[in-house]
Amino acid sequence: MSKFGKKTKVKQDIPTSSMPDVVFMLLFFFMVTTELRKTAVDVMQRIPQATQLRKLQRKSLVTNLYIGEPKKSDQFGSEPKIQADDAFIEPGDIILWVNRKKDELPENEREQLTIAMKVDSEAKRGIIADVETELRKANARKILYSTLQKAENR
Amino acid sequence: MAKSTPEIPNASMADIAFLLLTFFLVTTTMPNDKGLSMQLPPPPEAQPEDVKIPERNMFKIQVNSSDALLVEGEPMTNVDGLKDMIKKFILNNGADPKSSDSPEKAIVSLKTDRGTTHKRFVEILDIAQAAYYDIYADQAGVTNEEFRKIASDLNNPENQRLYDKGREGIPMAISIAEPTKAGGN
Repeated sequence: MSKFGKKTKVKQDIPTSSMPDVVFMLLFFFMVTTELRKTAVDVMQRIPQATQLRKLQRKSLVTNLYIGEPKKSDQFGSEPKIQADDAFIEPGDIILWVNRKKDELPENEREQLTIAMKVDSEAKRGIIADVETELRKANARKILYSTLQKAENR
Repeated sequence: MAKSTPEIPNASMADIAFLLLTFFLVTTTMPNDKGLSMQLPPPPEAQPEDVKIPERNMFKIQVNSSDALLVEGEPMTNVDGLKDMIKKFILNNGADPKSSDSPEKAIVSLKTDRGTTHKRFVEILDIAQAAYYDIYADQAGVTNEEFRKIASDLNNPENQRLYDKGREGIPMAISIAEPTKAGGN
């Protein structure tokens, strides 16, 4: 009478013998395409989009400068701040910071130092212009406004 | 004699690999090293005193603190036509007496306010750069995207040749003026 209890002969297990291989492949993919976090970014980073992107040629010559509203706004206020390495700095400290970064590079490459400006979309031009003026004084004139690729619709 | 099993047990291999994978997912970030490349002018002290640039050689774009746009004195709400306006201005070659003398002398001036958002600034800068890259790509006989790729890798002599050909006689003159102070901060 066991019409419902009929044993089917179909195997229901998913074969798991290749699982380690699949996972290792994923692992290697992520190891190759990503990089370790060097600094914890404490400012908002809603990066704007643009179409005319250029890729940086040499990673070793690039230094990041983060500008945006602090994530911990109860502690640091809601005005956009500048973060260099792991600390908040004022525009006046930028020359010193740039010189320290230049010292880390070999002498013949110091002039090629590129500053990648990772600026939040909602940050105002005022603070960015102040930073640019200081960068000009520090003679670090190659900059890059970090942006994401905008999907083109033409 | 007891039957020895020389195999390493591999049932937990997937778990170990998953652990490693999770570790890397958490501790790493996707590198984002792309963006709009710019060269800042020399420091203010090192610059020569105000050089008078004829009105016709300046393409003025102004953005105020509420992100509204003024192009050559006219308000503009839709930026779609801006790129073609800039291209026409650069390649005027003296044809229209109100537009530039030659591509060499043409300057695209972008003036913002201290209250303009970075998003708007990037949008306009992107359009201005797009106009230049389009012209360069046309001169070099490649597409805009190919030209930017070429410009990023100048070690190859063929790329250098195309790059020089594209930029011949047309410097990328996008001037970012000191922002006005109306928007505060």
